[in-house]
Amino acid sequence: MTFPAELKYTQEHEWIRIEGDFAFIGITEFAQSELGDIVYVEVETVGEVVNSGDVFGTIEAVKTTSDLFMPITGEVLELNEAISEAGGDDPALINSDPYGEGWIIKVKISDKSEIDGLLDADAYAALVN
Amino acid sequence: MKNTPLTDIHINLGAKMAEFAGYNMPISYAGIKEEHLTVRSGVGVFDVSHMGEFILKGKNATRLIQNITTNDVSTLEPGHVQYTCMPNGNGGIVDDLLIYRLPNDGLAEDEQAYLLVVNASNIEKDWNWISQHNHLDVEMINTSDNTGLLAIQGPKAAEALQSLTDIKLNEVKYYTFLKGTFAGIPDTIISATGYTGAGGFEIYVSNDHLVQLWNTVFEAGKDYGIQPIGLGARDTLRLEMGFCLYGNDIDDTTSPIEAGLGWITKLNKGEFIDCELYKSQKENGTARKLVGFKLDDRRVPRHGYLITDADGNKIGEVTSGTQSPSLGYPIGMGYVQKEFSKADTPIFIDFNGKRLQAAVTKLPFYKES
Repeated sequence: MTFPAELKYTQEHEWIRIEGDFAFIGITEFAQSELGDIVYVEVETVGEVVNSGDVFGTIEAVKTTSDLFMPITGEVLELNEAISEAGGDDPALINSDPYGEGWIIKVKISDKSEIDGLLDADAYAALVN
Repeated sequence: MKNTPLTDIHINLGAKMAEFAGYNMPISYAGIKEEHLTVRSGVGVFDVSHMGEFILKGKNATRLIQNITTNDVSTLEPGHVQYTCMPNGNGGIVDDLLIYRLPNDGLAEDEQAYLLVVNASNIEKDWNWISQHNHLDVEMINTSDNTGLLAIQGPKAAEALQSLTDIKLNEVKYYTFLKGTFAGIPDTIISATGYTGAGGFEIYVSNDHLVQLWNTVFEAGKDYGIQPIGLGARDTLRLEMGFCLYGNDIDDTTSPIEAGLGWITKLNKGEFIDCELYKSQKENGTARKLVGFKLDDRRVPRHGYLITDADGNKIGEVTSGTQSPSLGYPIGMGYVQKEFSKADTPIFIDFNGKRLQAAVTKLPFYKES
């Protein structure tokens, strides 16, 4: 299992890729493997500011349902079209490419100081191994 | 946690393992969806050795079973299998099970022998329950810890396995079985049963033959694309057929009449536990009924979610749910008040405060095309 060094992670198994004031958020390879076949992602918070640790969406796998938690406070700008019902409708991308094509939301970061509270790749790997 | 003789093989195949009914079991290998579709269109192998097996034998075996189960075992001939359940004295269900009427060889003329196959989670409870009702000196043997069981399911099962036995597999009728040599293993039970609706066999051997059986079956099925299948796909396959899962859809608080198991509840067979109660339920109807439903949405219903009417009043509860891999939409089962139990009745599933519309649907969800 890989946990790219350029990403930050949460205890809830989300990853976050910071790009200036913006960030992309998804779930880790470990999380997708635990969930199994992902069949739907619901994000109804686009346009809202969601606080760090709060739920920004829900992920449905064949076997189970899981909430998605915000790694840092920010405004949800968009849901990845490729996985959304209105777009490509291919949530299985989260299984096949969790850190790439399978990203879930793009956000505008409210407070960059919160980044310090996130886990780095080594700390996250230690958590799941 | 207990292992089956195949646990190491599952781990080496990269299976995702989890505890189920006290056993370390494979949940999935290649992924639930892929495994599910393999069984629907080809052939797949489940290790279900966690299931419990009891042998009941003696002059009064039929009488004992007739008293503790709902189906009519007096009609069951040697070589035939029956699906049935055990009432708990309060109208609920101790367990649902398969009963095999074993061949008469080796038995005195007035004796009968049966194999009972019960849910792994209920082995101890069932054993105690049956023992408690065994006033007729029926010999009982619990062979659960020494019985290995593979379910080899799918439309290609008979063809894929034919090289392993002289028995003509495509002539073994649904819910019948034979005892014979299979994969070089003598005294094997080859049973045309399963929990998938895809056809196929369940093969019972002693534990020390299970690894040999597994390896031989995979070798024989290679050209048919045979794959290992985990308990995850077992659940989605049974749910597409509307088969009840003990602990989800039926339990000690549900009656077979309200669970849609009236067809295995033979009210005219003579006395049995809870028969008067079931007669009155059949005559007067039950306040709630187990129904299948499909969702017009993408969210997936899960065990325990509330079912409501259009105004949000609770009318029942979801007992099982999944995204149907064959059909591509969410399906579920649950108990609803009887006035909501007719096919096509709109009902609503409460997803943590968000109500999504569903429609009561006739079972099975999946029919072979």
